[in-house]
Amino acid sequence: MNNLRGVYIIWYRDLLRFWRDRARLITSFAMPFLFLVIFGTGIASSVFGGVGDGGFDYIKFMYPGIIGMVVLFTSIMTGVSVVWDREFGFLKEVLVAPISRTSVAMGKALGGATIATIQGIFMLVFIPFAHVSLSVGGAFLLIALMFIFALSLTSMGLLIASRIKSMEAFQVVVQMILFPLFFVSTAMFPTQFLPSWLGTAVKFNPVSYGIDALRQVVLGAQESALFGINLFGYTTSIAADIGLVALFGLIMGTLAVRSFHTTE
Amino acid sequence: MGTIIEVEHLVKKFGDLIAVDDVSLKVEEGEIFGFLGPNGAGKTTTINILCTLMKPTSGRALLNGFDVVRQPNQVRRSLGLVFQDPSLDIKLSALQNLEFHSGVYNIPRSVSRKRIEEVLKIVDLWDRRNGVVQNFSGGMRRRLEIGRGLLHYPKVLFLDEPTLGLDPQTRFHIWQYILELRKRENITVFLTTHYMDEATVADRIAIIDNGKIIALDTPDALKRMVGGDIVTLKAENAEAAVAEIRENYNIEAQRDSEGIFFEVQNGEEFIPMLANNFKSGLQSISVRRPTLDDVFMKLTGHEIRDEAGGVAVMKKQWAMRSARGGGGRFH
Repeated sequence: MNNLRGVYIIWYRDLLRFWRDRARLITSFAMPFLFLVIFGTGIASSVFGGVGDGGFDYIKFMYPGIIGMVVLFTSIMTGVSVVWDREFGFLKEVLVAPISRTSVAMGKALGGATIATIQGIFMLVFIPFAHVSLSVGGAFLLIALMFIFALSLTSMGLLIASRIKSMEAFQVVVQMILFPLFFVSTAMFPTQFLPSWLGTAVKFNPVSYGIDALRQVVLGAQESALFGINLFGYTTSIAADIGLVALFGLIMGTLAVRSFHTTE
Repeated sequence: MGTIIEVEHLVKKFGDLIAVDDVSLKVEEGEIFGFLGPNGAGKTTTINILCTLMKPTSGRALLNGFDVVRQPNQVRRSLGLVFQDPSLDIKLSALQNLEFHSGVYNIPRSVSRKRIEEVLKIVDLWDRRNGVVQNFSGGMRRRLEIGRGLLHYPKVLFLDEPTLGLDPQTRFHIWQYILELRKRENITVFLTTHYMDEATVADRIAIIDNGKIIALDTPDALKRMVGGDIVTLKAENAEAAVAEIRENYNIEAQRDSEGIFFEVQNGEEFIPMLANNFKSGLQSISVRRPTLDDVFMKLTGHEIRDEAGGVAVMKKQWAMRSARGGGGRFH
């Protein structure tokens, strides 16, 4: 099983690099902290009249969105780490090795998804601040959903990486793809209050469904029902959400593998 | 001993640019084969085709009996590569880089540990095995790459400008390793370089210019093409000196910034004879054996590291780069 070992070693290398780069572990807390604690508190107290007196708890609403944001950003970044490998020449070592391009893509996707899931798990330290409670079963379900979500997004990152050649282009990707995916989603606001042009755009964004699934687990069925995504008259369930995310990931993954296959 | 690399009418075009122009060659097992030419001559493109990173526009190439287009995995297993540009993961240790290599080449774990130790000792990095590559010098990185290229016991080791940018001492050491390895493992070495002195270690050399092989022979045979020793002299009156040499010895001397030079058989005997009855004010005179530089000069009419030709070369490299980029994919 030559290719299986190839997948494993590529996955392992990504994790090894992640573990070595401990500075990144610490700085990865900075953005979610700013969003959740600073931005969240600001919005909650100025727009919704403070936190915790029976009104709409914005921080609680936003918390799954922030977990989703971390998964989204980490997934795309690690997906695009292929661009770094190209820049530093290491990609050549991988591409002349006697393993299939599919194995290379799969190893990379699994590596990126694992790292993104670990980063997502770190976000659970904010549970007390967000006034939510999570059962053990709920936590495992959440982690499983994060992983599927991350795998889809890493596949998209790989597809992008196979098309871009330089770190300059990478900045463009962040501006033109990553930020729109985050802002035009259910991360920061529920769909039902949105004007139709924005609400429709949110529904076309696969990230919306990933975050909606996380939200349903974190807030529980009752509370999250208020913010569900309405698709063709139905409010999407966790299964429907993650099914759509997986479908999106499958398409991205297939395209990425094909793109990897095209030598020259 | 059989043929290990067989290339027939290989052509590679990038748009209008012909980077490799009908190249045919054979390399025998255990041979050190040198590919010599200026930057942009098509050396790296040829290597990229032979190691399956690029597809040829036309023509055929077999490596260890496997077709580089149709059997890429068998070809990849048969070769080790040291690229022109660094290709290590600098965030990992020497050991981890080699473990990665063992993994992607599927070297059984029971063997890989021993082999890693073996190659790290060959390239003198065993003591630094846990050091992160980021902290290694250029020479150490190169040695590690050579060690990595040998880890899966390849039939052919490709060295694309293996000592580019290294100091002379490190270059010397790396060559010692390579020659020793060849003796021990009987592997075939395919090397590209634009350092003439490096090319001399090869058993045979192909001289390539503008994508075409213009000569292919042993270094000695190539040097014999120059036709004798090179005499260089300086005279007070250069023009008169050239005329005088033509008249007395029927030799057409050439002039460059260094002075006047020409080829002659038995240079040592020729010099005293010339000096004794020279009338154009002899200032200095020297004789030397021909080098591969002279061969290249003779065959192409320009020097191998001719920076005046640099603009053309740069244009060519840009054209190649944008043609590749236009592919928009991995290669």
